[in-house]
Amino acid sequence: MCNASIANRDSRGDRLRLNGEALACRRGTRLLFADLSFTVAAGEALVVTGPNGAGKSSLLRIVAGLMPATSGRVRLSGVPAEARISEQVHYLGHEDAVKGALRVGENLAFWRAVLGRTGAEVGDALEAVGLGGLGRLPASALSAGQRRRLAIARLLVADRPVWVLDEPTTALDAAAQARFAALGRDHLAGGGLILAATHAPLDFGPEVRGLRLGAPA
Amino acid sequence: MTRAFLGLVRRDLALAARAGGGAGLGVVFFLSVVAVVPFAVGPDLALLARIGPAILWIGAMLASLIGLERLFAADVEDGSLDAMSGSLLPLELIAAAKGLAHWIATGLPLVIAAPFLALMLNLDPAAIGALVATLLAGTPAVTALGLIGAAFAGAFRRGGLLIAVLVLPLAIPVLIFAVSATNAAASGPVPFGTPFQVLCGLALFALVLGPVAAAAALRAARD
Repeated sequence: MCNASIANRDSRGDRLRLNGEALACRRGTRLLFADLSFTVAAGEALVVTGPNGAGKSSLLRIVAGLMPATSGRVRLSGVPAEARISEQVHYLGHEDAVKGALRVGENLAFWRAVLGRTGAEVGDALEAVGLGGLGRLPASALSAGQRRRLAIARLLVADRPVWVLDEPTTALDAAAQARFAALGRDHLAGGGLILAATHAPLDFGPEVRGLRLGAPA
Repeated sequence: MTRAFLGLVRRDLALAARAGGGAGLGVVFFLSVVAVVPFAVGPDLALLARIGPAILWIGAMLASLIGLERLFAADVEDGSLDAMSGSLLPLELIAAAKGLAHWIATGLPLVIAAPFLALMLNLDPAAIGALVATLLAGTPAVTALGLIGAAFAGAFRRGGLLIAVLVLPLAIPVLIFAVSATNAAASGPVPFGTPFQVLCGLALFALVLGPVAAAAALRAARD
């Protein structure tokens, strides 16, 4: 007999799988992409590349459930059946979602409360992204790169199997990029999966595959 | 889910308190509207007492709209709304939580300030009591209806004018029954309870409609 939490972990470790099935996206009159299918399994990262305007961000927003696909669908298997996809996904967009009027720690505590309090403590998450000791600073005092690190810390305070990352390393220096890649490798090693759009090379380890979107039609 | 709801309310209250404006701005606007009326209509105490409830309610209603245009716009612009949609809360409850925080920050101070401003307009104690009761029931309704305008302003990046145009027509029934309830308490002939119960019904309707419609507007604009 196995108890429910162990069964969950097993299903997440073995069968977690994100499928895009014949996705198409039309913005206005332009068809950005059509008949796009992909599969990402637990422990794998899929890096989406392509020129500006090729539909990378649109694809990521469709997967995160922020926008409907023109046709096709996104399926996540290996998670509890009743869960909505958006509750399994961390979406890190272009914007940092940081409120300057709040302290650094308060920003993160808010995300921890809203996203479900299943991950690291606020202090530990700040330490992990290299903002340790800055928790009491107003977030408006952070530099662009530090705000980005704070946004990345959001991924750590709630434990979610799927990370959808849109240009995650913008404004990060080389050391912070390496640190972020290490966080990503830890996430993959823990049975998660990553879908990222990027121009900069990301070292997420051996299980990285590429998906190239063509020039807009 | 409750924790997420309360976390969002607490964050919005902290933002309202730190960003300045918020509560103070609404109350100062309310005060200025009420304070200039006696100068405009003259020092006729009987007249002031008769039109007082209407003046106070117009002031409170317009003051409730202050700050609504940034309510969702700020979260749309800095990506918070996208990140929040991954939370356990559906968009309807996100809108409700933001509305609740907005009412506590701007509506509740109006209710508290109203009895003092009512003295300036020569309202008698019965009318002041009725005024506070109608504001307690009516300003949440105005804020809830205001969520619809706030969502449009945030979703379609249009400014504050849209909010007044969208929200004031929806809020007119609230105004009518709130003022007639206050007048009924002051001078009759209808008992206070009759229009007040209609006001409470309207408020309950608005509290459901506001968050649902706001969420629908935000969803429609997202793609």
